Amino acid sequence: MKKSIAIAVASGKGGTGKTTVSTSLVCAAAAAAGYEATYLDCDVEEPNGHLFLKPRIERRFPVGIPVPVVDEEKCIACGVCGEVCQYSAIVCLNKTVLTFDKMCHGCGGCALACPAGAITEKEREIGVIEEGYAGDSAFSHGRLNVGEVMSPPLIKAVCSMGRGSALRIIDVPPGTSCPVIASIKGADYVLLVTEPTPFGVYDLDLAVNMVRELGLPFAVVVNRSRRDQTMALDYCKKKGVKILAEIADDRKVAESYSRGELPYFDVPGYRESMDELLISVLKEARQ
Amino acid sequence: MKEIVVISGKGGTGKTSLVASLAALAQRPVLADCDVDAADLHLVLEPLVREENDFSGGKMARIIADKCSSCGKCFELCRFGAVVKNENQTPGFSIDQVACEGCGVCSYFCPEGAIEFKTAINGQWFISDTRYGPMVHARLGIAEENSGKLVALVRSQAKMIAERENLSCIVVDGPPGIGCPVIASITGADAVLIVTEPTVSGEHDLERVVELARHFDIPAYLCINKFDINPAMTGKIERKAAAEGVKVVGRIRYDRSVTEAQIKKIPVVLLAGAPPAEDIRDVWSNFANEINLQKK
Repeated sequence: MKKSIAIAVASGKGGTGKTTVSTSLVCAAAAAAGYEATYLDCDVEEPNGHLFLKPRIERRFPVGIPVPVVDEEKCIACGVCGEVCQYSAIVCLNKTVLTFDKMCHGCGGCALACPAGAITEKEREIGVIEEGYAGDSAFSHGRLNVGEVMSPPLIKAVCSMGRGSALRIIDVPPGTSCPVIASIKGADYVLLVTEPTPFGVYDLDLAVNMVRELGLPFAVVVNRSRRDQTMALDYCKKKGVKILAEIADDRKVAESYSRGELPYFDVPGYRESMDELLISVLKEARQ
Repeated sequence: MKEIVVISGKGGTGKTSLVASLAALAQRPVLADCDVDAADLHLVLEPLVREENDFSGGKMARIIADKCSSCGKCFELCRFGAVVKNENQTPGFSIDQVACEGCGVCSYFCPEGAIEFKTAINGQWFISDTRYGPMVHARLGIAEENSGKLVALVRSQAKMIAERENLSCIVVDGPPGIGCPVIASITGADAVLIVTEPTVSGEHDLERVVELARHFDIPAYLCINKFDINPAMTGKIERKAAAEGVKVVGRIRYDRSVTEAQIKKIPVVLLAGAPPAEDIRDVWSNFANEINLQKK
């Protein structure tokens, strides 16, 4: 069996076109390459891929993290649990142990350290994963519960889906911190989508530094490219960063996206550029 | 004093461009860039840094090679996959700093006391002056954690400046999403101004961000950026927002002058002849009225 290839589509700045590019690559894989592809939406705070791929959801299950439960009968109020916890999620005050589940990272330290064996763990739901099919492609996304701070465990769970398919396309949340790292860590290749604006290029630089720090192979896709705005191209040239595609700025793409349609099927010429991008990125990722 | 936070749910809807304009429209505001892992506001406001400080949000584990007996206890206990096995090497294990969650379990339970657990520097934060008012901003280190703590720090510094200088308004540039840094940006604020765009994604993400504001009991207002990309969707979103009790304070048209202003490093409202400038002035005027803010 051939190894499954995971391509992460990330950006630094939000709204540069990650979802448009990643959903298009899934369409290209299904249409052109005949690949059995899986789309994984790791933007669990604001997942959008389903609005375009319109999957049939066939399975839905909760994802949680382990949090402590204190047995008051057994607790000797020694305070060791509070000393171990780095997140102030468990504290011992006036001979009573209080837990703050939302602060808990689920490390298990308190339960391990408790000398009285008074702490067990229970799962606390932080979000759900929904999976199904969009055409011939498999689909999974995570939805973080509103008001929940801890997204990485849900993201890691989304990333573990679709291991059996030949190609996995990971739609990554914006930024460069823990949710992004959790999304791209297991990827074979990263595509950084940028736009030729000062914000786009500045945040691209942050993203380039991040993927270099992680030691992942990557290339850039310049979205909404315009002949009179060369700043993204100049940046890549200066930093020795490979550009795999330039997608021309086209109001038709923005309009198609605004309606929840896939520019891949909707905008003339777009499909060809995405088919080409898929071929180049697969070639790169296999190296 | 009022603290207002500009958020969006979806990324790239124009938060920072709007905040840069609000900086120019508000009466000497304190500015706070809370999008600490992709901070852009300084690119337009060109702050003159007065004070630079290290930020330390948590601790990091490190294995001390000559004390380690390679027993593997740390590997067994770490739930974050941050202890890496090094086959045929001494010591047999090391810590992946990127994966390390800073929980300290490995260090606490190491039978040899071979894992040090020390405060780490996760970024920097700055107090600066801009043409429009003082600004607090930050830079989270590459692949770092604890963005929520850094956001809380930026906000508390902005508040201290506002109190010290008796300034009436703090304008916060928030991060995208609804998770940890967003929650840290909005809890306890006086109002959130949500910027969205007339797309199915904007609509979907707005629902979740409105729910978040309600969850923390913060009054939410809405403006729609690039409204003319899809006027029908703009109307739909506005009706939906109204039904949710979110007041609509304006529409901003799509125009390339927004990028031009970014390139020239000036707020759009100060760019001569920029069509969205008028729209943004209306947004600010309506919003300031709604929250009873004194105007310039």
